[in-house]
Amino acid sequence: MDNRTNKDNQLTEKGEVTGMRPGSEVAQAEKTAKKPVPEAAGKALMEKPAVRVLSEEEHEEAIINRPKPKNVTPLASQKLTPKDIPVFEDTPERRAKLEFRKKRHFKRKLRDWGIFTGYLTPSFVGVLVFFFLPLIMLLMTSFQKSPTNTDFVGFRNYQRVLTNDAFISASQNTLTFALISVPLAVILALLIALLLNSGLPGKSLFRSFLLNPMMVPVASVVLIWQVFFSYNGVINGFTAQLFEGAEKIDWLKSQYAQVVIMLLFLWKNLGYNMVLFLAALNSIPHEILESAAIDGAGPVKRFFRIKLHYLSPTIFFVGIMSLINSFKIFREVYLLTGDYPFDNLYMLQHFMNNSFTHLDYSKLSAGAIVMCIVMIIIVGGLFFAESKFDKDVEE
Amino acid sequence: MDDLKRIERKKQATLARRHIYTESKAPETFITSLSEEAREAFFASERRRIAANLRKRRVKTGVFTGIGVAIAIFISALALVPIFFTFLNSFMSSEEIVANYKVVFQSMSGHATQGATYMSRTPVLKLIPEEVTINQYTTLLFMNPEYLLKYWNSILLTLPIVAGQMVVACLASYSFARYRRKRREVLFFSYIILMLMPFQVTLVPNYMISEKLGILDTVWAIILPGIFSTFAIFLLTKYMRQIPSGYIEAATLDGASEWQIFTNIALPLCKNAIFALTILLFIDYWNMVEQPLVLLTDVNKQPLSVFLSQINEPELGIAFAASSVYMIPPLLIFFWGEDYLVEGISRSGIK
Repeated sequence: MDNRTNKDNQLTEKGEVTGMRPGSEVAQAEKTAKKPVPEAAGKALMEKPAVRVLSEEEHEEAIINRPKPKNVTPLASQKLTPKDIPVFEDTPERRAKLEFRKKRHFKRKLRDWGIFTGYLTPSFVGVLVFFFLPLIMLLMTSFQKSPTNTDFVGFRNYQRVLTNDAFISASQNTLTFALISVPLAVILALLIALLLNSGLPGKSLFRSFLLNPMMVPVASVVLIWQVFFSYNGVINGFTAQLFEGAEKIDWLKSQYAQVVIMLLFLWKNLGYNMVLFLAALNSIPHEILESAAIDGAGPVKRFFRIKLHYLSPTIFFVGIMSLINSFKIFREVYLLTGDYPFDNLYMLQHFMNNSFTHLDYSKLSAGAIVMCIVMIIIVGGLFFAESKFDKDVEE
Repeated sequence: MDDLKRIERKKQATLARRHIYTESKAPETFITSLSEEAREAFFASERRRIAANLRKRRVKTGVFTGIGVAIAIFISALALVPIFFTFLNSFMSSEEIVANYKVVFQSMSGHATQGATYMSRTPVLKLIPEEVTINQYTTLLFMNPEYLLKYWNSILLTLPIVAGQMVVACLASYSFARYRRKRREVLFFSYIILMLMPFQVTLVPNYMISEKLGILDTVWAIILPGIFSTFAIFLLTKYMRQIPSGYIEAATLDGASEWQIFTNIALPLCKNAIFALTILLFIDYWNMVEQPLVLLTDVNKQPLSVFLSQINEPELGIAFAASSVYMIPPLLIFFWGEDYLVEGISRSGIK
């Protein structure tokens, strides 16, 4: 534990110190105060009854129940004032020395700051120029009528975006996709990781098999997905063979279109998530699991009571990464279906891209700001939930 | 009664602490009550029972492992089928491909021939080509200069971004890991937020700034924001903070300068993470679709990832070869650096 946060070590009241140097005023006072015994106390001593001889049991009892020593440090309860702290004599030499020390300290601090800021500079300048400044510009243009006409129009742009049907359906689709596919990606990856971690032979082989899809560019597998899921595709062929008279579905243009995209998303992302979970599972202390097993906890109970708690930060991390990736799903959709896909595949990025062709800046920037705010709310909520949950675990 | 017991126990504890032990008789149990032969017989039966239990358990775990392996094989097969499928099909002759899959693409959007939609034929899913040729590859590489140009574009975009971002990220994350003050942490948090922002948010500002700087429609419009993206900084900082401070203190005592500490201690210790991140970044930017689509209106400058979906339909005969060639570099990198990748990913997830 960090000492600095410990309240006991800090000053209880202003001007009081709970430590004391030998030789200071208070220590001297304490020494002298001990010598003369006050009369009342002496009387009380005299009046004490004669010492009682304890029986053996009583003696043991007394030993067992003896009070714990409380103030181990002598004079710990003594209140001190700042006067008790010895002060060095205020000579010019000493002053010069202090001045020199202060300067040196400041110089060192400045040097440290300079060095590490130097390391940061390239990144900071780049981020400033390419991300922070444009974001501010974005915020400004979102309140302007158009880039050329800089009249302040208040929230009209936002109103235009938020009442735009395309934007609403696009954000609905994107959110639905994220809400379904992110938990799926987390849970399935966790299940696979548990499976691989349960002492299967050839664990690392399976791991690299499952990691493979991550490395395959989307553009390369799009072709396969088309072969499988189009109207005359392989899946329809199979269903036609298996069930007589099964209706053909054009998967990418039906209500199942999102399912197809989700399959692609899971196919790509499960490996990465699984590796993260495998690492986290390996870092759970063995002793705890073993002792739980000896105490009779079954695998299910061990998972929910122990493993899940150790995994919680990883679950959070995987969730965030999957969320980021789920917003990137536009790639797959675009490569599979082009600019204007089926209704329930119309993602936010489609909205943006199609607005780019009109170059309607104010609308675009308002849309981007809205998304930015939504993202911040989501991520903030996740961080908040995680910190809450983490506290529970540490208790 | 309870109190008495408690006191008794305390007494015992005190005595034990002083190394005084009272002798106690071994209590009468079931085993001591048995005669010599009976005891042997009892032990033997117990041994048999335990052995049988163990055998049962072994069979049970065997069955479970079998099921687990089966499931794992199934999942890996699902993961690998599309890749194998693409590779194997790329060795078919163009005519065979067209014969097999023509029907698939006739039903796709953009085709006015609606009649194709009602065809009853299903495509032939074939893994093994009738005759193995590298016809597709030769047509692709020698007859299609456009493809090679796009390939070159991809390389030209990806390599500078990955190299640049790694250099910038190494420096910045060293700073974030070593110099932890309040304002720096705030800045780091804003970096994280920036990393989490999807393209939908960052593309518009990117577009605006590149228009201002006059680099719109050049490769720099993609490369420069790519270099300063904060993803690598986030993961690398997490990694660098795990370096034991003792190493750095020891180096400082030995008189190493900050730069020496950076190059001789921090970077070698983060080797795995750097390799893993390089691979991750490479695959990410090799894959990119959004930025070129918006920032590069000149079709000749666009990378292969955008172009590949357009090649599929009209030139079905070489589409599989095009896909295969496109996914060879990332796969090669994966086979080369899989251990680094796994190690890097693993450590990035643990706090």
